Amino acid sequence: MRQKIRIAAGQGFWGDLPEAPVRQVEGGPIDYLMLDYLAEVTMSIMQKQKARDPNAGYARDFIPLMKRILSACVERDIKVTANAGGVNVRGCANALIEVARELGLAGKVRIGIVTGDDILPRIDELLARGIELRNMDTEEPLSTVRESIQSANVYLGAAPLVEALQQGAQIVITGRATDTGLTLAPLIHEFGWATNDWNHLAAGTIAGHIIECGAQASGGNCQYEWRSIPDLANVGFPIVEAAPDGTFVITKHEGTGGRVNVPSIKEQLVYEMGDPHQYITPDCVADFTTIRLQDEGRDRVRVFGIEGRPATEFLKVSISYSAGFKAVGTLVYAWPDAYEKAQAADKILRARLDRLGLRFDHMLTEFVGVNATHGPLAHGSSSGEPRADIPEVQLRVGVRGQDRSAIERFTKEIAPLILTGPPAVTGFAGGRPKVEEIVAYWPALIPKREIEPKVEVLDA
Amino acid sequence: MKVQLTRLAHARSGDKGDTANVGLIALRAEVYPILVREVTAERVKKHFTGIVHGDVERFELPNLGALNFLLHESLGGGGTLSLMTDAQGKTFSTALLRMEIEVSDEEARKLE
Repeated sequence: MRQKIRIAAGQGFWGDLPEAPVRQVEGGPIDYLMLDYLAEVTMSIMQKQKARDPNAGYARDFIPLMKRILSACVERDIKVTANAGGVNVRGCANALIEVARELGLAGKVRIGIVTGDDILPRIDELLARGIELRNMDTEEPLSTVRESIQSANVYLGAAPLVEALQQGAQIVITGRATDTGLTLAPLIHEFGWATNDWNHLAAGTIAGHIIECGAQASGGNCQYEWRSIPDLANVGFPIVEAAPDGTFVITKHEGTGGRVNVPSIKEQLVYEMGDPHQYITPDCVADFTTIRLQDEGRDRVRVFGIEGRPATEFLKVSISYSAGFKAVGTLVYAWPDAYEKAQAADKILRARLDRLGLRFDHMLTEFVGVNATHGPLAHGSSSGEPRADIPEVQLRVGVRGQDRSAIERFTKEIAPLILTGPPAVTGFAGGRPKVEEIVAYWPALIPKREIEPKVEVLDA
Repeated sequence: MKVQLTRLAHARSGDKGDTANVGLIALRAEVYPILVREVTAERVKKHFTGIVHGDVERFELPNLGALNFLLHESLGGGGTLSLMTDAQGKTFSTALLRMEIEVSDEEARKLE
Protein backbone atom coordinates (compact mmCIF):
# COMPACT_ATOMS: atom_id res chain seq x y z
CA MET A 1 0.00 0.00 0.00
CA ARG A 2 1.23 3.49 -0.79
CA GLN A 3 1.85 5.59 2.31
CA LYS A 4 0.99 8.91 0.72
CA ILE A 5 -1.49 9.90 -1.98
CA ARG A 6 -1.61 13.35 -3.53
CA ILE A 7 -4.99 14.48 -4.84
CA ALA A 8 -5.05 17.79 -6.69
CA ALA A 9 -8.14 19.98 -7.21
CA GLY A 10 -8.37 21.24 -10.79
CA GLN A 11 -11.82 22.89 -11.03
CA GLY A 12 -14.04 24.28 -8.30
CA PHE A 13 -17.04 24.79 -10.60
CA TRP A 14 -17.94 24.67 -14.30
CA GLY A 15 -16.26 27.83 -15.51
CA ASP A 16 -13.29 27.88 -13.13
CA LEU A 17 -9.78 28.89 -14.32
CA PRO A 18 -9.11 26.85 -17.49
CA GLU A 19 -5.35 26.68 -16.81
CA ALA A 20 -5.66 25.36 -13.26
CA PRO A 21 -5.85 21.61 -13.98
CA VAL A 22 -3.03 21.86 -16.51
CA ARG A 23 -0.83 23.50 -13.88
CA GLN A 24 -1.76 20.87 -11.32
CA VAL A 25 -0.55 18.16 -13.72
CA GLU A 26 2.59 19.98 -14.85
CA GLY A 27 3.56 21.82 -11.65
CA GLY A 28 4.73 18.91 -9.51
CA PRO A 29 3.98 15.34 -8.47
CA ILE A 30 0.32 14.32 -8.07
CA ASP A 31 -1.44 10.94 -8.10
CA TYR A 32 -5.01 12.07 -8.77
CA LEU A 33 -6.66 15.07 -10.39
CA MET A 34 -10.14 15.89 -9.05
CA LEU A 35 -12.47 17.99 -11.20
CA ASP A 36 -15.76 19.25 -9.79
CA TYR A 37 -18.03 20.65 -12.50
CA LEU A 38 -21.53 20.47 -11.11
CA ALA A 39 -23.44 23.14 -9.22
CA GLU A 40 -27.04 22.74 -8.19
CA VAL A 41 -28.56 24.20 -11.34
CA THR A 42 -25.99 22.81 -13.78
CA MET A 43 -27.91 19.57 -14.33
CA SER A 44 -30.97 21.36 -15.68
CA ILE A 45 -28.86 23.42 -18.10
CA MET A 46 -27.32 20.18 -19.33
CA GLN A 47 -30.73 18.50 -19.60
CA LYS A 48 -31.84 21.31 -21.94
CA GLN A 49 -28.68 21.02 -24.03
CA LYS A 50 -29.24 17.28 -24.38
CA ALA A 51 -32.86 17.82 -25.46
CA ARG A 52 -31.57 19.95 -28.35
CA ASP A 53 -28.61 17.69 -29.18
CA PRO A 54 -28.47 14.06 -27.99
CA ASN A 55 -24.65 14.20 -28.00
CA ALA A 56 -24.57 17.16 -25.57
CA GLY A 57 -25.47 17.41 -21.88
CA TYR A 58 -22.05 17.18 -20.23
CA ALA A 59 -19.30 19.64 -19.23
CA ARG A 60 -17.88 20.33 -22.69
CA ASP A 61 -14.78 22.06 -21.32
CA PHE A 62 -13.65 18.70 -19.99
CA ILE A 63 -12.84 17.33 -23.46
CA PRO A 64 -10.42 20.05 -24.70
CA LEU A 65 -8.85 19.99 -21.23
CA MET A 66 -8.24 16.24 -21.43
CA LYS A 67 -6.78 16.71 -24.90
CA ARG A 68 -4.10 18.86 -23.29
CA ILE A 69 -3.33 16.65 -20.29
CA LEU A 70 -4.27 13.06 -21.12
CA SER A 71 -0.85 12.08 -22.51
CA ALA A 72 0.89 13.38 -19.38
CA CYS A 73 -1.65 11.63 -17.16
CA VAL A 74 -1.07 8.30 -18.91
CA GLU A 75 2.69 8.70 -18.89
CA ARG A 76 2.85 9.51 -15.17
CA ASP A 77 -0.11 7.35 -14.12
CA ILE A 78 -2.19 10.27 -12.85
CA LYS A 79 -5.78 9.22 -12.41
CA VAL A 80 -8.70 11.60 -12.89
CA THR A 81 -12.05 11.74 -11.09
CA ALA A 82 -14.57 14.12 -12.62
CA ASN A 83 -18.33 14.67 -12.41
CA ALA A 84 -18.10 16.08 -15.93
CA GLY A 85 -20.66 13.61 -17.31
CA GLY A 86 -23.67 15.70 -16.31
CA VAL A 87 -26.78 14.12 -17.82
CA ASN A 88 -24.86 12.36 -20.60
CA VAL A 89 -22.03 10.41 -19.02
CA ARG A 90 -21.77 8.06 -21.97
CA GLY A 91 -21.60 10.92 -24.47
CA CYS A 92 -18.80 12.45 -22.42
CA ALA A 93 -16.93 9.12 -22.32
CA ASN A 94 -17.31 8.66 -26.08
CA ALA A 95 -15.88 12.12 -26.73
CA LEU A 96 -12.98 11.29 -24.41
CA ILE A 97 -12.32 7.97 -26.19
CA GLU A 98 -12.12 9.89 -29.46
CA VAL A 99 -9.55 12.24 -27.92
CA ALA A 100 -7.50 9.30 -26.60
CA ARG A 101 -7.39 7.76 -30.07
CA GLU A 102 -6.41 11.07 -31.66
CA LEU A 103 -3.53 11.24 -29.20
CA GLY A 104 -2.39 7.73 -30.10
CA LEU A 105 -3.43 6.37 -26.72
CA ALA A 106 -5.83 3.68 -28.03
CA GLY A 107 -5.61 0.65 -25.77
CA LYS A 108 -3.71 2.62 -23.14
CA VAL A 109 -6.56 4.32 -21.29
CA ARG A 110 -9.42 2.74 -19.40
CA ILE A 111 -12.40 4.98 -18.74
CA GLY A 112 -14.80 4.26 -15.92
CA ILE A 113 -18.33 5.59 -16.15
CA VAL A 114 -20.78 5.86 -13.27
CA THR A 115 -24.49 6.15 -14.03
CA GLY A 116 -27.75 5.46 -12.23
CA ASP A 117 -28.13 8.93 -10.75
CA ASP A 118 -30.78 10.05 -13.25
CA ILE A 119 -34.26 9.28 -11.88
CA LEU A 120 -36.22 11.61 -14.18
CA PRO A 121 -37.86 8.67 -16.04
CA ARG A 122 -38.86 7.11 -12.69
CA ILE A 123 -40.53 10.11 -11.03
CA ASP A 124 -44.14 9.01 -11.59
CA GLU A 125 -43.41 5.46 -10.52
CA LEU A 126 -41.73 6.72 -7.32
CA LEU A 127 -44.58 9.13 -6.51
CA ALA A 128 -47.13 6.36 -7.17
CA ARG A 129 -45.37 4.16 -4.61
CA GLY A 130 -45.65 6.88 -1.97
CA ILE A 131 -42.12 8.25 -2.19
CA GLU A 132 -43.13 11.89 -2.03
CA LEU A 133 -39.78 13.59 -2.65
CA ARG A 134 -40.85 16.49 -0.43
CA ASN A 135 -38.82 19.68 -0.63
CA MET A 136 -36.25 19.50 2.18
CA ASP A 137 -36.57 23.24 2.82
CA THR A 138 -40.30 23.88 2.47
CA GLU A 139 -41.74 20.35 3.10
CA GLU A 140 -44.00 20.70 0.05
CA PRO A 141 -44.69 17.44 -1.86
CA LEU A 142 -43.16 17.19 -5.33
CA SER A 143 -46.62 16.76 -6.88
CA THR A 144 -47.07 20.56 -6.60
CA VAL A 145 -44.46 21.11 -9.35
CA ARG A 146 -44.72 17.73 -11.13
CA GLU A 147 -45.52 19.21 -14.54
CA SER A 148 -42.58 21.61 -14.44
CA ILE A 149 -39.78 19.16 -13.59
CA GLN A 150 -36.78 19.35 -15.92
CA SER A 151 -34.22 17.07 -14.27
CA ALA A 152 -33.93 14.79 -11.26
CA ASN A 153 -30.59 13.36 -10.18
CA VAL A 154 -29.49 11.54 -7.08
CA TYR A 155 -26.20 12.54 -5.47
CA LEU A 156 -24.14 9.32 -5.63
CA GLY A 157 -21.34 8.75 -3.15
CA ALA A 158 -17.81 7.41 -3.45
CA ALA A 159 -18.67 3.69 -3.72
CA PRO A 160 -19.27 3.42 -7.49
CA LEU A 161 -16.13 5.48 -8.20
CA VAL A 162 -14.12 3.10 -6.02
CA GLU A 163 -15.50 0.19 -8.03
CA ALA A 164 -14.44 1.85 -11.28
CA LEU A 165 -10.93 2.47 -9.93
CA GLN A 166 -10.70 -1.15 -8.78
CA GLN A 167 -11.58 -2.27 -12.29
CA GLY A 168 -8.55 -0.37 -13.52
CA ALA A 169 -10.12 2.88 -14.69
CA GLN A 170 -7.64 5.71 -15.19
CA ILE A 171 -10.32 8.32 -15.80
CA VAL A 172 -13.60 8.07 -13.90
CA ILE A 173 -16.51 10.13 -15.24
CA THR A 174 -19.70 10.48 -13.26
CA GLY A 175 -22.97 12.34 -13.51
CA ARG A 176 -24.37 13.79 -10.28
CA ALA A 177 -21.80 12.38 -7.85
CA THR A 178 -21.04 14.39 -4.71
CA ASP A 179 -18.13 16.80 -4.85
CA THR A 180 -16.59 15.14 -1.80
CA GLY A 181 -16.88 11.61 -3.24
CA LEU A 182 -14.49 12.57 -6.04
CA THR A 183 -11.74 12.96 -3.42
CA LEU A 184 -12.86 10.26 -0.99
CA ALA A 185 -13.01 7.50 -3.64
CA PRO A 186 -9.28 7.52 -4.47
CA LEU A 187 -8.46 7.32 -0.74
CA ILE A 188 -10.77 4.34 -0.17
CA HIS A 189 -9.30 2.67 -3.26
CA GLU A 190 -5.67 3.27 -2.35
CA PHE A 191 -5.84 2.70 1.41
CA GLY A 192 -8.49 -0.03 1.47
CA TRP A 193 -10.67 1.78 4.02
CA ALA A 194 -13.73 -0.28 5.02
CA THR A 195 -17.23 0.94 4.16
CA ASN A 196 -17.96 1.26 7.88
CA ASP A 197 -14.69 2.88 8.89
CA TRP A 198 -16.58 6.09 9.70
CA ASN A 199 -13.67 8.14 11.03
CA HIS A 200 -11.57 7.57 7.93
CA LEU A 201 -14.51 8.11 5.59
CA ALA A 202 -15.26 11.38 7.41
CA ALA A 203 -11.62 12.43 7.07
CA GLY A 204 -11.65 11.79 3.31
CA THR A 205 -14.97 13.62 3.03
CA ILE A 206 -13.61 16.69 4.80
CA ALA A 207 -10.49 16.58 2.63
CA GLY A 208 -12.88 16.67 -0.32
CA HIS A 209 -14.85 19.57 1.16
CA ILE A 210 -11.66 21.59 1.62
CA ILE A 211 -10.50 21.26 -1.99
CA GLU A 212 -13.85 21.09 -3.83
CA CYS A 213 -14.00 24.87 -4.34
CA GLY A 214 -10.51 25.01 -5.80
CA ALA A 215 -8.44 28.04 -4.85
CA GLN A 216 -10.97 29.13 -2.23
CA ALA A 217 -8.82 26.98 0.11
CA SER A 218 -5.49 28.38 -1.06
CA GLY A 219 -5.84 32.14 -0.82
CA GLY A 220 -8.69 32.97 -3.19
CA ASN A 221 -11.62 34.89 -1.67
CA CYS A 222 -9.70 34.85 1.61
CA GLN A 223 -10.34 37.70 4.06
CA TYR A 224 -7.56 36.91 6.48
CA GLU A 225 -4.73 39.37 5.71
CA TRP A 226 -5.92 39.47 2.09
CA ARG A 227 -3.57 42.27 1.06
CA SER A 228 -0.50 40.17 1.81
CA ILE A 229 -1.57 37.01 -0.05
CA PRO A 230 1.13 36.64 -2.71
CA ASP A 231 0.73 36.40 -6.47
CA LEU A 232 -2.94 35.49 -6.86
CA ALA A 233 -2.41 35.95 -10.60
CA ASN A 234 -0.55 32.65 -10.45
CA VAL A 235 -2.65 31.07 -7.68
CA GLY A 236 -1.88 27.45 -6.87
CA PHE A 237 -4.91 25.21 -6.46
CA PRO A 238 -5.02 23.03 -3.33
CA ILE A 239 -3.59 19.54 -3.05
CA VAL A 240 -4.47 16.91 -0.42
CA GLU A 241 -1.53 14.81 0.74
CA ALA A 242 -3.26 11.95 2.51
CA ALA A 243 -2.00 9.11 4.70
CA PRO A 244 -3.62 5.71 5.36
CA ASP A 245 -4.42 6.71 8.98
CA GLY A 246 -6.89 9.37 7.82
CA THR A 247 -4.69 12.37 8.52
CA PHE A 248 -3.75 14.68 5.69
CA VAL A 249 -1.93 17.85 4.75
CA ILE A 250 -3.38 20.56 2.51
CA THR A 251 -0.72 22.16 0.35
CA LYS A 252 -0.09 23.48 -3.19
CA HIS A 253 2.66 23.24 -5.77
CA GLU A 254 5.99 25.00 -5.20
CA GLY A 255 6.37 28.27 -7.06
CA THR A 256 2.66 29.06 -7.23
CA GLY A 257 0.86 32.03 -5.71
CA GLY A 258 -1.82 32.15 -3.08
CA ARG A 259 -1.52 30.90 0.48
CA VAL A 260 -2.36 27.78 2.46
CA ASN A 261 -2.42 28.42 6.20
CA VAL A 262 -4.71 27.69 9.14
CA PRO A 263 -6.92 30.78 8.56
CA SER A 264 -7.33 30.04 4.83
CA ILE A 265 -8.40 26.46 5.60
CA LYS A 266 -10.76 27.59 8.38
CA GLU A 267 -12.49 29.96 5.96
CA GLN A 268 -13.09 27.14 3.49
CA LEU A 269 -14.22 24.72 6.23
CA VAL A 270 -17.09 27.02 7.25
CA TYR A 271 -18.13 27.71 3.65
CA GLU A 272 -21.72 26.55 2.97
CA MET A 273 -21.77 24.86 6.35
CA GLY A 274 -25.01 23.76 8.01
CA ASP A 275 -24.99 21.96 11.36
CA PRO A 276 -21.26 21.29 11.86
CA HIS A 277 -22.00 18.16 13.94
CA GLN A 278 -23.57 16.47 10.96
CA TYR A 279 -22.23 17.03 7.49
CA ILE A 280 -24.27 14.37 5.73
CA THR A 281 -23.02 12.64 2.58
CA PRO A 282 -23.96 9.30 1.01
CA ASP A 283 -20.76 7.84 2.51
CA CYS A 284 -20.88 8.94 6.16
CA VAL A 285 -21.83 11.72 8.57
CA ALA A 286 -18.76 13.88 9.25
CA ASP A 287 -18.38 15.90 12.45
CA PHE A 288 -16.69 19.24 11.74
CA THR A 289 -16.33 19.94 15.47
CA THR A 290 -13.64 17.24 15.68
CA ILE A 291 -11.31 18.73 13.05
CA ARG A 292 -7.84 19.75 14.27
CA LEU A 293 -5.61 22.05 12.23
CA GLN A 294 -1.91 22.78 12.57
CA ASP A 295 0.47 24.84 10.47
CA GLU A 296 3.26 22.61 9.23
CA GLY A 297 5.63 24.97 7.49
CA ARG A 298 5.04 27.26 4.56
CA ASP A 299 1.81 26.54 2.64
CA ARG A 300 1.22 23.31 4.53
CA VAL A 301 -1.62 22.69 7.00
CA ARG A 302 -1.98 19.38 8.80
CA VAL A 303 -5.57 18.16 9.37
CA PHE A 304 -6.24 15.43 11.92
CA GLY A 305 -8.53 14.16 14.69
CA ILE A 306 -11.58 13.83 12.44
CA GLU A 307 -14.47 11.68 13.62
CA GLY A 308 -17.47 10.42 11.71
CA ARG A 309 -20.65 8.45 12.20
CA PRO A 310 -22.65 5.95 10.12
CA ALA A 311 -24.20 7.12 6.89
CA THR A 312 -27.96 7.66 6.79
CA GLU A 313 -30.42 5.47 4.88
CA PHE A 314 -31.16 8.26 2.41
CA LEU A 315 -29.61 9.91 -0.61
CA LYS A 316 -30.20 13.51 -1.60
CA VAL A 317 -31.96 14.21 -4.88
CA SER A 318 -31.40 17.35 -6.89
CA ILE A 319 -34.56 18.15 -8.84
CA SER A 320 -34.92 21.17 -11.10
CA TYR A 321 -38.19 22.66 -12.30
CA SER A 322 -39.38 25.64 -14.37
CA ALA A 323 -40.46 28.43 -12.05
CA GLY A 324 -41.43 31.33 -14.27
CA PHE A 325 -39.38 34.20 -15.71
CA LYS A 326 -37.21 37.07 -14.61
CA ALA A 327 -35.30 40.05 -15.97
CA VAL A 328 -32.90 42.57 -14.48
CA GLY A 329 -32.29 46.06 -15.90
CA THR A 330 -29.56 48.55 -14.94
CA LEU A 331 -28.70 52.21 -15.56
CA VAL A 332 -25.89 54.33 -14.14
CA TYR A 333 -26.46 57.83 -12.67
CA ALA A 334 -23.53 60.24 -12.30
CA TRP A 335 -22.65 63.05 -9.90
CA PRO A 336 -24.18 65.29 -8.71
CA ASP A 337 -27.00 63.83 -6.62
CA ALA A 338 -26.45 60.42 -8.20
CA TYR A 339 -28.30 58.45 -5.51
CA GLU A 340 -31.23 60.87 -5.44
CA LYS A 341 -31.57 60.67 -9.22
CA ALA A 342 -31.44 56.87 -9.20
CA GLN A 343 -34.17 56.83 -6.53
CA ALA A 344 -36.28 59.23 -8.60
CA ALA A 345 -35.84 57.06 -11.69
CA ASP A 346 -36.97 54.00 -9.74
CA LYS A 347 -40.16 55.81 -8.67
CA ILE A 348 -40.90 56.86 -12.26
CA LEU A 349 -40.31 53.33 -13.51
CA ARG A 350 -42.62 51.84 -10.89
CA ALA A 351 -45.36 54.38 -11.68
CA ARG A 352 -45.18 53.52 -15.38
CA LEU A 353 -45.31 49.76 -14.69
CA ASP A 354 -48.31 50.38 -12.44
CA ARG A 355 -50.11 52.36 -15.09
CA LEU A 356 -49.53 49.50 -17.54
CA GLY A 357 -51.22 47.21 -15.01
CA LEU A 358 -48.22 44.88 -14.89
CA ARG A 359 -48.06 42.58 -11.89
CA PHE A 360 -45.01 40.64 -10.73
CA ASP A 361 -44.48 38.00 -8.04
CA HIS A 362 -41.50 39.99 -6.90
CA MET A 363 -39.79 43.25 -7.79
CA LEU A 364 -36.49 44.36 -6.29
CA THR A 365 -34.62 47.66 -6.59
CA GLU A 366 -30.98 47.89 -5.57
CA PHE A 367 -28.63 50.87 -5.73
CA VAL A 368 -25.21 49.47 -6.56
CA GLY A 369 -22.59 51.64 -4.89
CA VAL A 370 -24.97 52.37 -2.01
CA ASN A 371 -26.74 49.32 -0.62
CA ALA A 372 -26.85 46.37 -3.05
CA THR A 373 -24.82 44.02 -0.86
CA HIS A 374 -25.33 45.14 2.73
CA GLY A 375 -28.82 46.64 2.50
CA PRO A 376 -29.84 48.78 5.49
CA LEU A 377 -26.54 47.88 7.23
CA ALA A 378 -24.72 50.05 4.70
CA HIS A 379 -26.33 53.08 6.37
CA GLY A 380 -25.37 51.89 9.86
CA SER A 381 -24.00 54.10 12.60
CA SER A 382 -20.40 53.62 11.47
CA SER A 383 -20.85 54.54 7.81
CA GLY A 384 -23.69 57.09 8.02
CA GLU A 385 -26.02 58.11 5.19
CA PRO A 386 -24.69 57.73 1.65
CA ARG A 387 -22.71 60.84 0.74
CA ALA A 388 -24.50 63.44 -1.37
CA ASP A 389 -21.38 63.72 -3.52
CA ILE A 390 -21.15 59.99 -4.27
CA PRO A 391 -19.59 59.87 -7.76
CA GLU A 392 -22.05 57.42 -9.32
CA VAL A 393 -24.80 54.94 -8.52
CA GLN A 394 -26.07 52.02 -10.56
CA LEU A 395 -29.84 51.56 -10.45
CA ARG A 396 -30.57 47.83 -10.68
CA VAL A 397 -34.19 46.69 -10.92
CA GLY A 398 -35.29 43.06 -11.15
CA VAL A 399 -38.71 41.50 -11.65
CA ARG A 400 -39.93 37.92 -11.44
CA GLY A 401 -43.26 36.38 -12.41
CA GLN A 402 -45.13 33.59 -14.16
CA ASP A 403 -46.35 35.71 -17.07
CA ARG A 404 -43.61 36.00 -19.68
CA SER A 405 -45.29 38.90 -21.49
CA ALA A 406 -45.26 41.05 -18.32
CA ILE A 407 -41.53 40.45 -17.86
CA GLU A 408 -41.01 41.15 -21.57
CA ARG A 409 -42.84 44.48 -21.23
CA PHE A 410 -40.70 45.43 -18.22
CA THR A 411 -37.53 45.07 -20.33
CA LYS A 412 -38.85 47.77 -22.69
CA GLU A 413 -39.27 50.31 -19.89
CA ILE A 414 -35.60 50.66 -18.88
CA ALA A 415 -33.93 52.44 -21.82
CA PRO A 416 -36.69 55.09 -22.17
CA LEU A 417 -35.70 56.38 -18.71
CA ILE A 418 -32.59 57.85 -20.32
CA LEU A 419 -34.58 60.40 -22.36
CA THR A 420 -37.62 60.61 -20.11
CA GLY A 421 -36.21 60.62 -16.58
CA PRO A 422 -33.62 62.30 -14.34
CA PRO A 423 -30.39 63.58 -16.01
CA ALA A 424 -26.73 62.45 -16.13
CA VAL A 425 -27.59 58.85 -16.88
CA THR A 426 -25.79 56.26 -19.00
CA GLY A 427 -24.87 52.59 -19.14
CA PHE A 428 -27.31 51.13 -21.59
CA ALA A 429 -24.87 49.86 -24.22
CA GLY A 430 -25.91 46.25 -23.68
CA GLY A 431 -29.40 46.71 -25.10
CA ARG A 432 -32.66 45.58 -23.51
CA PRO A 433 -32.39 43.22 -20.56
CA LYS A 434 -32.93 39.56 -21.49
CA VAL A 435 -35.89 37.62 -20.21
CA GLU A 436 -34.58 34.53 -18.44
CA GLU A 437 -36.49 31.34 -17.80
CA ILE A 438 -36.06 30.46 -14.13
CA VAL A 439 -35.05 26.90 -13.40
CA ALA A 440 -35.37 26.44 -9.66
CA TYR A 441 -33.87 23.83 -7.40
CA TRP A 442 -35.84 21.31 -5.36
CA PRO A 443 -33.79 19.31 -2.85
CA ALA A 444 -35.35 16.05 -1.62
CA LEU A 445 -34.45 12.72 -0.03
CA ILE A 446 -34.87 9.22 -1.40
CA PRO A 447 -34.29 5.88 0.39
CA LYS A 448 -30.93 4.40 -0.61
CA ARG A 449 -32.47 1.05 -1.51
CA GLU A 450 -34.24 2.70 -4.47
CA ILE A 451 -30.99 3.57 -6.21
CA GLU A 452 -28.55 1.24 -7.93
CA PRO A 453 -25.46 2.97 -9.33
CA LYS A 454 -24.02 1.32 -12.45
CA VAL A 455 -20.32 1.09 -13.20
CA GLU A 456 -18.77 0.29 -16.57
CA VAL A 457 -15.15 0.42 -17.63
CA LEU A 458 -14.48 1.12 -21.32
CA ASP A 459 -11.24 0.78 -23.28
CA ALA A 460 -10.19 3.68 -25.43
CA MET B 1 -16.75 49.76 25.33
CA LYS B 2 -17.98 48.95 21.81
CA VAL B 3 -15.78 47.38 19.14
CA GLN B 4 -16.61 46.32 15.63
CA LEU B 5 -16.37 42.58 14.91
CA THR B 6 -13.97 43.19 12.04
CA ARG B 7 -11.28 43.81 14.68
CA LEU B 8 -11.90 40.41 16.29
CA ALA B 9 -12.82 38.02 13.53
CA HIS B 10 -12.75 37.06 9.87
CA ALA B 11 -15.58 35.31 8.08
CA ARG B 12 -16.83 33.50 4.99
CA SER B 13 -20.44 33.10 3.88
CA GLY B 14 -22.38 31.04 1.38
CA ASP B 15 -25.85 29.72 0.61
CA LYS B 16 -28.13 26.71 0.80
CA GLY B 17 -31.35 27.64 -0.93
CA ASP B 18 -32.92 30.67 0.76
CA THR B 19 -30.62 30.28 3.80
CA ALA B 20 -27.30 32.10 4.04
CA ASN B 21 -24.58 30.74 6.29
CA VAL B 22 -21.91 32.90 7.88
CA GLY B 23 -18.88 31.29 9.49
CA LEU B 24 -17.35 33.76 11.96
CA ILE B 25 -13.75 32.92 12.89
CA ALA B 26 -11.81 34.44 15.80
CA LEU B 27 -8.60 36.15 14.66
CA ARG B 28 -6.91 34.78 17.81
CA ALA B 29 -7.81 31.91 20.14
CA GLU B 30 -8.35 34.18 23.17
CA VAL B 31 -11.01 36.15 21.29
CA TYR B 32 -13.27 33.11 20.75
CA PRO B 33 -14.94 33.21 24.21
CA ILE B 34 -15.85 36.87 23.59
CA LEU B 35 -17.55 35.89 20.33
CA VAL B 36 -19.44 33.08 22.10
CA ARG B 37 -20.61 35.51 24.80
CA GLU B 38 -21.49 38.50 22.62
CA VAL B 39 -22.47 37.28 19.16
CA THR B 40 -25.69 35.47 20.05
CA ALA B 41 -28.27 34.29 17.54
CA GLU B 42 -30.71 36.95 18.83
CA ARG B 43 -28.23 39.79 18.33
CA VAL B 44 -27.32 38.56 14.86
CA LYS B 45 -31.00 38.45 13.96
CA LYS B 46 -31.38 42.03 15.19
CA HIS B 47 -28.23 43.13 13.34
CA PHE B 48 -29.69 41.79 10.08
CA THR B 49 -33.08 43.48 10.53
CA GLY B 50 -34.68 44.01 7.14
CA ILE B 51 -32.38 41.43 5.54
CA VAL B 52 -33.06 38.17 7.39
CA HIS B 53 -36.78 37.38 7.53
CA GLY B 54 -36.60 33.96 9.20
CA ASP B 55 -34.84 32.54 12.25
CA VAL B 56 -31.13 32.69 13.00
CA GLU B 57 -29.44 29.50 14.28
CA ARG B 58 -25.99 29.41 15.86
CA PHE B 59 -23.53 26.52 16.11
CA GLU B 60 -20.25 26.50 18.04
CA LEU B 61 -16.96 25.12 16.72
CA PRO B 62 -14.48 25.61 19.59
CA ASN B 63 -11.95 23.47 17.71
CA LEU B 64 -11.76 26.12 14.96
CA GLY B 65 -12.47 29.10 17.21
CA ALA B 66 -15.50 29.68 15.02
CA LEU B 67 -19.26 30.18 15.15
CA ASN B 68 -21.55 29.19 12.30
CA PHE B 69 -24.78 31.11 11.75
CA LEU B 70 -27.68 30.02 9.57
CA LEU B 71 -29.75 33.01 8.41
CA HIS B 72 -33.04 31.63 7.16
CA GLU B 73 -35.19 33.40 4.55
CA SER B 74 -32.55 35.91 3.66
CA LEU B 75 -31.77 35.47 -0.04
CA GLY B 76 -34.94 36.57 -1.82
CA GLY B 77 -36.01 32.98 -2.49
CA GLY B 78 -32.47 31.76 -3.04
CA GLY B 79 -30.64 30.32 -6.05
CA THR B 80 -32.08 31.19 -9.44
CA LEU B 81 -35.34 32.56 -7.94
CA SER B 82 -33.53 35.45 -6.25
CA LEU B 83 -33.33 38.87 -7.91
CA MET B 84 -30.57 40.01 -5.56
CA THR B 85 -27.08 41.00 -6.73
CA ASP B 86 -25.80 38.74 -3.95
CA ALA B 87 -28.18 35.81 -4.42
CA GLN B 88 -25.55 33.46 -2.94
CA GLY B 89 -25.02 35.49 0.23
CA LYS B 90 -21.31 35.81 -0.46
CA THR B 91 -21.08 39.26 1.13
CA PHE B 92 -23.07 38.41 4.27
CA SER B 93 -19.67 37.64 5.84
CA THR B 94 -18.54 41.25 5.93
CA ALA B 95 -22.09 42.42 6.68
CA LEU B 96 -21.79 40.50 9.97
CA LEU B 97 -18.33 41.99 10.58
CA ARG B 98 -20.01 45.42 10.69
CA MET B 99 -21.68 44.42 13.97
CA GLU B 100 -20.54 46.15 17.15
CA ILE B 101 -20.17 44.21 20.38
CA GLU B 102 -19.49 45.14 24.00
CA VAL B 103 -16.09 44.28 25.50
CA SER B 104 -14.51 45.14 28.84
CA ASP B 105 -11.62 47.63 29.02
CA GLU B 106 -9.27 44.76 29.77
CA GLU B 107 -10.47 42.81 26.72
CA ALA B 108 -10.17 45.95 24.60
CA ARG B 109 -6.53 46.39 25.69
CA LYS B 110 -5.75 42.85 24.54
CA LEU B 111 -7.08 43.69 21.07
CA GLU B 112 -4.47 46.41 20.60
